[in-house]
Amino acid sequence: MSSSPSAGHSRRHFLTYLLATPTLAVAAALVDPPPVARAAVPTPPAPADVLDLGDVLILAAAPTANMITVAVGEDGRVGLALPREEVGQGITTAVAMLIADELDVPLDRVDVTLADARPELVFNQLTGGSNTIRSVYTPVRTAAAVARARLVAAAAARWGVPAGQVTVSGGVVIGPGGRTAGFGELSTAAASPSLKVGTATPKPASQQRLVGTPTSRRDARAMVTGRQAYTLDLDVAPGALPTMVRRPPTISGAVRSVDNEAAVRAMPGVVDLAVVETGVAVLAETFGQALDAKNALQVTWGPGTVDGEDDDSIREKLHAAALPFAAPGLLTQHVDAEFDFAFVSHAPMETNSAIADVRDGKAEIWAGLKSPIVAQETIAKDLGLPVSAVAVHVVQGGGSFGRRLFFDAALEAARISKKAGKPVKLMWSRIDDMRHGRARAASHHRIRATHAAGQVLTFEHRVASVETDFRHGLGEILTAMSASLPVGGNLSFAQTVFLTTVKSPYDFGITTQTLTEVPLQMHTGSWRSVYSANTRGAEEIVVDELAAAQRKDPYRFRREFLEDDRSRAVLDKVATEGQWGRPMPAGHAQGIAFHAEYQSCTACLVEIDATNPDRPRVTKATIAADVGRPVNPRGLESQLLGGLTDAIGTTLRAGLHIRDGLPLEGSYSQFHYTRQAESPRDVRVFVMPANGEPGGAGELGVPAAVGAIANAWARATGRKPRSFPLTFPVDFDPFPR
Amino acid sequence: MPTYSFTLNGQSVTVDAPADLPLLWTLRDKLGVKGPKYGCGIDVCKACTSHLDGQAVNPCVVPTSEADGREVTTIEGLADGDRLHPVQEAWLEQDVAQCGYCQPGQIMAAVALLKRTKHPTDADIDAIENVCRCGSYFRIREAIKAAAAAM
Ligand code: FES
Ligand code: FES
Repeated sequence: MSSSPSAGHSRRHFLTYLLATPTLAVAAALVDPPPVARAAVPTPPAPADVLDLGDVLILAAAPTANMITVAVGEDGRVGLALPREEVGQGITTAVAMLIADELDVPLDRVDVTLADARPELVFNQLTGGSNTIRSVYTPVRTAAAVARARLVAAAAARWGVPAGQVTVSGGVVIGPGGRTAGFGELSTAAASPSLKVGTATPKPASQQRLVGTPTSRRDARAMVTGRQAYTLDLDVAPGALPTMVRRPPTISGAVRSVDNEAAVRAMPGVVDLAVVETGVAVLAETFGQALDAKNALQVTWGPGTVDGEDDDSIREKLHAAALPFAAPGLLTQHVDAEFDFAFVSHAPMETNSAIADVRDGKAEIWAGLKSPIVAQETIAKDLGLPVSAVAVHVVQGGGSFGRRLFFDAALEAARISKKAGKPVKLMWSRIDDMRHGRARAASHHRIRATHAAGQVLTFEHRVASVETDFRHGLGEILTAMSASLPVGGNLSFAQTVFLTTVKSPYDFGITTQTLTEVPLQMHTGSWRSVYSANTRGAEEIVVDELAAAQRKDPYRFRREFLEDDRSRAVLDKVATEGQWGRPMPAGHAQGIAFHAEYQSCTACLVEIDATNPDRPRVTKATIAADVGRPVNPRGLESQLLGGLTDAIGTTLRAGLHIRDGLPLEGSYSQFHYTRQAESPRDVRVFVMPANGEPGGAGELGVPAAVGAIANAWARATGRKPRSFPLTFPVDFDPFPR
Repeated sequence: MPTYSFTLNGQSVTVDAPADLPLLWTLRDKLGVKGPKYGCGIDVCKACTSHLDGQAVNPCVVPTSEADGREVTTIEGLADGDRLHPVQEAWLEQDVAQCGYCQPGQIMAAVALLKRTKHPTDADIDAIENVCRCGSYFRIREAIKAAAAAM
């Protein structure tokens, strides 16, 4: 069964089909299992097969897609202010490539900047769901095609020749008899409303030259020379003071009183103090002095929102929340497994930071923001200002992994600036970023797969997760798009996100994946691949255990049950290139896994050295990905490398312990994100040839790598991977609260 | 407030700063040198890695007084005008950077390593503790090897 709606079928048609099918199919199949002679028990399409979260975001952005414009200046440069956030994904490079290709202009004449918050774009300024390239691929190329058509028309009018005799090459407009004109000299005439221009459509893929060509990042030189400016490197608000905040001893505790204000005000470099909802802010001449002063503060705190909670109490709640299975375990051959995943900090290298200047009835904010419109609206409301009085500038960020969907620092900086009546540069300490910042919610997973005679008949996955906060605009988008969503009933935002992102890529008969949330008021947020890293990672472990139950090789077993040829091709690629099945010494093993999301698919094969089972090392990784149409294969490889590194960290050692209402970890020496010594010395990434439209790629790499690493660990140690990270002692003295 | 003079990226500078103010903040907040980044402030993440008399140090834990009379090099001082250092060139060739935030520190650590040994082994590279949260480690490894070969 195809995993995506085929051409010629409207989405509407598939929606209708989907809404009518799964429930009926469940009942029928449980009563009457299919005859064993069938090759595989086909699985009806899941909601994410019909319309995934990325499709929803594209639909939501469509009404304002024509507000993304390409500008040609009198200097001949081509510019676009991208309403998305660059945090290292390479989107400014990829978008510049799209424009250069469409306009036939050299890449170095294209400038892609990050747009300020533009409320008129409504739902078209959110960076998430691996959606940037998918959502701008057509609008940006269309805008560039229009620009090109206008330049051609202007040149044709100037030369008095038909537009059909004018071409563009190398950034020069060329007419009959070798006449040429530059973009710059045509720019004014090309902008004229009276210019007659025919229809402009983007080039067919066969004429793309740059798209698909490995291209280096355009901001790389600024990065290696230290010139790339992140929020706190900007000199934009003269006099803005370095500011840090003393935060509560438990999550969301509020300030009752500041007990040594005079003493702290007298400390060297301290300029001002301000109490805000989230703590006590210190404004100082340098960050070093702000840090010393905030540490010296004596504050009496009120209770937080989860003071009694710790790892055990949360795990208990999660276990109690997971829904029961539908398939009976007694009468059938089955594989059952339960998994626990700890909280995981986003921990981008650049901690939460923002510059804010709130004075004289207006506000100006600078920060790395993936949902700047929601940030602008929220900040305006909080400050009691009209939205039009709040300017929000989007600054390139030092990593995100989902973190910068939230604008906690921007809002906090605005409040501090308002209170102090001064512009501020707010920086969160690393300790605060890990303890009071956001995290991937802890989750519990229960999976049951029934099988008989070489077939898998049912596959049930019950996920219970601490509530994930989606209050960064996604909820509003889902509400607005509710009529188009491939899910019915009274689902929460989280369940809608879950069902439009998670799907099983195998023909495992009747497949159900459900999410139940445990409401706990903690700071959570989508973490690269949202639910898929845990959900699909756990499923890939069960796939290996199902293969073992049927005495089949894990690679061949996957091959047999994968739903389509594209999927099998990436799996075959890693098996061949990674030499699946090669003999490994004792304590070493290979592991393989597969994942599909957002119209893309990937396979990962790793080798692990677990001779020291407490400090296993992934020694080699082979990855293949089919993203439909890779715009910049070089950037895609980087994203997959990042996904692999994330999976190594979170599978083996990196997580947060919760104790008495606060994470214990406060630094990379405690939250063990992967370092060079834990990263493989041999990594090979294969990008499959283009075969369609671009799929999502930014989050794709994590889930398959989680599965492959866990499966390799299982084979090397003979143990079942069940609780993540696999090695997770409190091997440090926590910082004081 | 005491005054300190040192050479910063080839230029002599004089600055008023408390003796114990971490050099990172003297560089960033007083001298406007923003290449060295804050990532932890306690000598763990290595994002601030710079050189003191040619050796890698972490200015987030070096008091400003310790720089007095010495030579401080940050990422901004590595290139010779427009001519990049071979390690920077290798970083461009391998297209290492993702968000880029850790990369000034990574590059300064790599330059210090190549100063100590012309032919770093994989184990030498493993010993670099600089965190890259974007996970660009494999490209960093390849870039260090390429730079070693080029030098
Ligand atoms: S900021 Fe200096 S080591 Fe982290
Ligand atoms: S490139 Fe982002 S932290 Fe290294």
